Amino acid sequence: MSASDNKHNREDYLRMYRQMVRIRTFEDNANQLYLSAKMPGLTHMYSGEEAVAVGICEALTDSDRITSTHRGHGHCVAKGADFQAMFCELLGKEEGYCRGKGGSMHIADQSHGNLGANAIVGGSMGIATGSALRAKLQKSDDVTVCFFGDGATAQGLLYEVMNMAALWNLPVIYACENNGYSEYTATAEIAAGSITDRARAFGIEAFEVDGQDVLAVNELTRELTGRCRRGEGPFFIELQTYRYHGHHVGDINREYYRPKAEEKDWKESRDPIEKFTQWLTGEGIASTDELEAMKAEISDDAASAVDYALKAKYPETHEVDMHVFAD
Amino acid sequence: MRKITLSQAVNEALAEELRRDPTTFIIGEDVAEAGTPFKVLSGLVEEFGTERVIDTPIAEPGFMGIAVGAAMTGSRPIVDLMFGDFLFLIMDQLCNQAAKIHYMSGGKLNVPLVVRTNLGATRRSAAQHSQSLHALVAHIPGLKVALPSSAYEAKGLMKTAIRDNNPVVIFEDKLMYNDKAEVPEEEYLIPFGEAAILREGRDITLVATSSMVQVALAAADLLAKDGISAEVIDPRTIVPLDEETILKSVQKTSRAMVIDEGHQSYGITGEIASRISEKAFYHLDAPVLRMGAMDVPVPFSPALEDITVPTPERVAEKARLSVRGELFNAA
Ligand SMILES: Cc1ncc(C[n+]2csc(CCOP(=O)(O)OP(=O)(O)O)c2C)c(N)n1
Ligand SMILES: [Mg+2]
Repeated sequence: MSASDNKHNREDYLRMYRQMVRIRTFEDNANQLYLSAKMPGLTHMYSGEEAVAVGICEALTDSDRITSTHRGHGHCVAKGADFQAMFCELLGKEEGYCRGKGGSMHIADQSHGNLGANAIVGGSMGIATGSALRAKLQKSDDVTVCFFGDGATAQGLLYEVMNMAALWNLPVIYACENNGYSEYTATAEIAAGSITDRARAFGIEAFEVDGQDVLAVNELTRELTGRCRRGEGPFFIELQTYRYHGHHVGDINREYYRPKAEEKDWKESRDPIEKFTQWLTGEGIASTDELEAMKAEISDDAASAVDYALKAKYPETHEVDMHVFAD
Repeated sequence: MRKITLSQAVNEALAEELRRDPTTFIIGEDVAEAGTPFKVLSGLVEEFGTERVIDTPIAEPGFMGIAVGAAMTGSRPIVDLMFGDFLFLIMDQLCNQAAKIHYMSGGKLNVPLVVRTNLGATRRSAAQHSQSLHALVAHIPGLKVALPSSAYEAKGLMKTAIRDNNPVVIFEDKLMYNDKAEVPEEEYLIPFGEAAILREGRDITLVATSSMVQVALAAADLLAKDGISAEVIDPRTIVPLDEETILKSVQKTSRAMVIDEGHQSYGITGEIASRISEKAFYHLDAPVLRMGAMDVPVPFSPALEDITVPTPERVAEKARLSVRGELFNAA
């Protein structure tokens, strides 16, 4: 773990920790909802990748924006979303972030600058870049972070928009969450050459960072958002990380494409929450008891949000043709 | 006769054609070891190897374009497009390139390829994984469009599609992969442009496609309880469309309703209904009715999603009004 800025205050560290635990807890509950057949459809778990979303989003303000992916719960929580409205959305309830119209793969939370998850792989790359163009035209200093997976780097759209972002110096950070797999295929089989070199070909400064190290991710992102605000964008970050579950909650038998031993190794020796726990306790920033208490509190929060969402009502049927067009 | 699932039927069709014709290959995302997310292609890579069952990166416009080029130069690619919704990504290669090349070259170049994809809502997959977009490609001259409604049709139409010298888009109903139907052991093909009369009747013709065939058959059962005899016709391919079978039926029943899971506006129901109105006008006792999916993006919430698509009850209700001459009173 790196933490060059040791004066960085305790509250910030604890908030990062809290957010990471909130993501893990949210996902555990979502998985449970799926397994007990209470959630309609499927969902993609973010567990294991928490340090990526939190490290990045903790370097952003509420008016900075993000675009998210099909594996989007982590980004959503990290950007400040509320459990209750998220669980309601996952269950298709009226009080969900999108009044039940979007579901897991389309949660958007504009109050915190989350422009939305996306069920089209690579589908948000244009949106993120357009959001950065807006910031530039508006002369605001808002930064946009575009989250996407290693698999999404195969989409041509990325190269079209990176070219324009570089030409126009847009304040956008392309954040590639490289979790080693794109669905049921290892990244090595679908990505030729180096991912970061592709960004460099456009003259975009590109970085590789350990996505399990929340402090390293946060430090780099703080530096890059600062530089974006001074007109030095765009930037590209590749974050090495790992998803703990299957591609989606239904992907249970997966040994044919991903060895159990590999999963075990990442979970046992590179867990981002565990690593951060050790650092926080080692540096004397928090005691194990404090951290455990925080976990318990978050777990209660999640349980009551789930409970609430299960009892919440579905949208009225007349809402079906509302929101096709804006007024 | 043996019964197999729609998924097995497609798998068999592909295996038989890959065996028969060495110029064929399958290309798409997670088609090899994974056998696609719906597991329809399981076992094919083991038999045919990774040169003929080709896994691609997530680059739909790219592999679609590659298929067009390979088709123009002698291959017969079968493009696996994981969800019908991804048609929007491949539109240029499919509609500006594949569809027009034979025509633009004055008949000199051929593009014999198949895009195998799917349609259908009510899987709780929300707006970007639930669309039924066949009308979009049916609108483009040069593309053939097949819509199997059972395992039997899925196999026979797939084999015909692969042997066709034109680009063919074939849509499977993703909710039907586990539905079983009688499928002969011996080889058969289903020709394009030949509708199937799935149930004979006297009072009204229900023309239904793909996922809506089951809905129409169930509606016919409901109508039978009221003494109304509905004929159910499945066009099987919408390009080419077997007008003759549809018109003959309407001449007999004097009433028609068209049911399709695409959005109702500017779609398949409008096209087929207007052909019936134009060509069987003097035989009609009532306006031709139609029912498509609501003109809204597919909502996630089960409470909303289920009301966006036609159901047997709603089809039967509308058909009943027509047969009883109560359409206008109800309006
Ligand atoms: C355009 C498009 N193609 C294919 C899919 C199906 N699909 C959903 S997620 C996924 C893999 C994405 O991999 P990656 O970008 O690495 O993200 P990860 O799931 O690993 O987080 C695929 C192929 C899709 N949703 N959209
Ligand atoms: Mg990935």
